[in-house]
Amino acid sequence: MSTGKRPLSPHLQVYRPQITSVLSILHRLTGIVLTIGTLHLVYWILAAAGGAETFVTAQVFTVSWLGRLLLFAWTVALFYHLTNGIRHLLWDAGLGFELHQVTLGGWGVLIATGVLTLLAWLAGYGLIGGGP
Amino acid sequence: MSLHSLLSLARSLRSAKECTAQWWAQRVTAIALVPLTLWFVASLLFCLIGADYTTTIAWISTPATAILLILLLTVTFYHSQLGLQVVLEDYIHNEGLKIASIWFVKCTCLVLGLAAVFGILKIVLQG
Repeated sequence: MSTGKRPLSPHLQVYRPQITSVLSILHRLTGIVLTIGTLHLVYWILAAAGGAETFVTAQVFTVSWLGRLLLFAWTVALFYHLTNGIRHLLWDAGLGFELHQVTLGGWGVLIATGVLTLLAWLAGYGLIGGGP
Repeated sequence: MSLHSLLSLARSLRSAKECTAQWWAQRVTAIALVPLTLWFVASLLFCLIGADYTTTIAWISTPATAILLILLLTVTFYHSQLGLQVVLEDYIHNEGLKIASIWFVKCTCLVLGLAAVFGILKIVLQG
């Protein structure tokens, strides 16, 4: 089949990043991150089911610097996927499709993610009084 | 010219309703996960941070907690499987690899979900 010199659609590599496309990619990326995070949740439950010793082993990892770093990444991914997911559900209901609303909602999601993550970690550290 | 009718060709491509069912399931599980996730984050902050083994077991053993945890985990793995399937369908162009990876994700999510439910039930039944 001869394709001739048909115009090609722009590929991702040559397309200027825009808030709409970047947030769309981030939604998928955070979804994958959250799925990987569930591995730790399942491990934590099985460790608790296994008895006091295995539970302590899991707990030591969770509060280690690596555990906290992963937990922080998980919190960011969770609040992003949650707030952007609500934005997607509103679109599914036919709301907020104007370009300025899409842009405004996008920035709202980013700000909400930052604020909710900060609040959760401040509350977390506040409740245990500076860490174990 | 093919002897197959257009109807049999359409039938061989399976029901279009199957795909809308997945689309709907993705949205319904998303809506269910909003309150479930917020409940879990609040529980992490107010019940589980700094909790020792006995406190954690007592928390999981509460009937309401156990039911909500099982709901959270099963709905999460259902939602994850549907989401990952869409990503795999979009980015893997080799048909065999695509089908294999989708089934791998399905089986992994099923096993993880069952393991989590087993763990919660074990804690509840042992008290």
